Amino acid sequence: MMAAPSTDTAATTASPASRVLSLIGHALPWLIAIGFYFVAGGSLSIGTQIMIWILFAMSLDLVLGYAGIVTLGHAAFFGVGAYAAGLFSIHFMSDPILGHIFAVVVSGVLGVISGALILHTTGVTFLMLTLATVSIIYEYGNQARWLTGGDDGLQGMKVGPIFGTFEFNIFGQTAYVYALVVLFIWFLISWRLVKSPFGRSLDGIRQNPRRMRAIGTPVWWRLLAIYGIAAAMAGSAGALLAHSTRFVGLSSLSLLTSGIVTVMLILGGTRKLYGAFIGAAIYYLVQDSTAKFSPYFWEFIVGGMLIATVLFLEGGLMDLGRIGRRFLARFQRSDAP
Amino acid sequence: MLSFGLTILLDGVSYGMVLFIISVGLTITMGLMRLVNLSHGSFAMIGGYVAGYITQAGGNFYLALLIAMIIPAILGGLAEVTVFRPLYRKGELAQVLLTIGIVFVATASITEIFGAFPYPVVFPDYLTKPIDIGFRTYPAYRLFLIGVGGVVAIALWYLIENSLYGAKLRAAVDNPRMARTVGMNVNVLFTGTFMVGSALAGLGGAMGAGILSLEPSYALKYVVLFLVVVIVGGEGSFKGSFVAAMALGIIDTIGKYFFSQAAPYLLYVTVFVLLLWRPQGLMPAKSVA
Repeated sequence: MMAAPSTDTAATTASPASRVLSLIGHALPWLIAIGFYFVAGGSLSIGTQIMIWILFAMSLDLVLGYAGIVTLGHAAFFGVGAYAAGLFSIHFMSDPILGHIFAVVVSGVLGVISGALILHTTGVTFLMLTLATVSIIYEYGNQARWLTGGDDGLQGMKVGPIFGTFEFNIFGQTAYVYALVVLFIWFLISWRLVKSPFGRSLDGIRQNPRRMRAIGTPVWWRLLAIYGIAAAMAGSAGALLAHSTRFVGLSSLSLLTSGIVTVMLILGGTRKLYGAFIGAAIYYLVQDSTAKFSPYFWEFIVGGMLIATVLFLEGGLMDLGRIGRRFLARFQRSDAP
Repeated sequence: MLSFGLTILLDGVSYGMVLFIISVGLTITMGLMRLVNLSHGSFAMIGGYVAGYITQAGGNFYLALLIAMIIPAILGGLAEVTVFRPLYRKGELAQVLLTIGIVFVATASITEIFGAFPYPVVFPDYLTKPIDIGFRTYPAYRLFLIGVGGVVAIALWYLIENSLYGAKLRAAVDNPRMARTVGMNVNVLFTGTFMVGSALAGLGGAMGAGILSLEPSYALKYVVLFLVVVIVGGEGSFKGSFVAAMALGIIDTIGKYFFSQAAPYLLYVTVFVLLLWRPQGLMPAKSVA
């Protein structure tokens, strides 16, 4: 698990102390995730849910954070992945691994096709096309009751044991480990991607697509590639949701789902991968703790947090440390004579 | 057959009028301030709930409409001064996020105050009855929508084309820096325009409650429609958004009559194809008119 940071060139050139710090920082979320398995008891399924949303938010980070593609249609891939996994288990076979791969392929292909249609547009037009995409798929899912069960959701999923041995049990231990492993695999892939020349070129495209085109980067192809990969990843998160709950709701395809995952990512901070971890966890905790006062209060709080994040905290919660240091520095400066 | 066609036309036009009244504020703010405002539907929703509250308490319908314009105008003005102004210089992403945040806050507040169920506006008796229009009887409510929508459209057209305010607005859209240089107070102009847009949204939300029913999810559910009107018409294009609103109203109505199975996604498929064909909208305009 600690292999990931050692590939980071920034970490190898830094001082030993900060290297150790960064190693701890990288290990921390995974240690928490492993530790939670042993201490959670009955609330293990919350951990599974959080990891599913982390994966979903991380996939959005690739398109929105790194490539700068402002989309509101990302739920389409999440929902299609969930339905693909669900339908596979009902109509073909119950093996979750094969179903998962099927879901990843279906949503990845959908991402490539829809991306190829719309990625030449920019700005508000692109935004509207992503809205139209997710709305078309949502309305189709609502209409095609014979396939999806309409707004009752997809029921009757049969999920077999993983590798033929690990049954999904009532305590959700298998589901938790399954989600953790899938999340870790995707994290490694994403980490590799964003540190690669390909990831760097996405960074450039976000900042100045015209200049990137001028120096010979095939901008459209790069955007299409990341759009497809992120779609596959979102589909993977959807498949995890379907397998762990044995149910797919129509809401997984809705615009609100797109909104929620964006909120998570922005709260945590974009372009850091770990932002998704913090954002999804905080979102869940806030939703859980405020739901006691009123069933709708969380929406109010989340909306407020979003407004505050945009106005005062552009880098999300991951930025709090840096802002704190800057504040401290200013404080010390004004203290000096 | 002809009378059936006319019925569809009237249904489509009255629906389109509601879309137009609500969206016209959005097209001006998106064209003028380059602000991607997903919270526009919230102002329409607030107007609708205000009118619903007053009419359910037995208040006068027209007074309710007036207040349904005033309250969103005040809220819109406040929002413009406090949260939207810092947004103009930021990118689309920040604008989308902040305005979604406003949608969440508005939805939660409305649910908390009025409950999660649909909330009706009580229309006066003479509007709920059908009246004879020659070849058939037709709901007076929809004729009322067409009438008010027509008046609003003409008034706005006059305001933008022939008044000093309209001239300033068009100037500020074309070149805000130049407009500042010649001494216009562009900030006040923006705030005023935002208030007018929000007031119209409130009016549309209140009047159109018989078509776009009021519920807390209103703000998120219908904002896609309003944005579609703006984008399909061409950002900042007043005529374009009128044409787009009518077209969408009629297409959606035809879809409901003939392809009730496919109706919901027929609209979005149309939009999808239209935007691929004309990414800048039907009537791309640099200026408001």
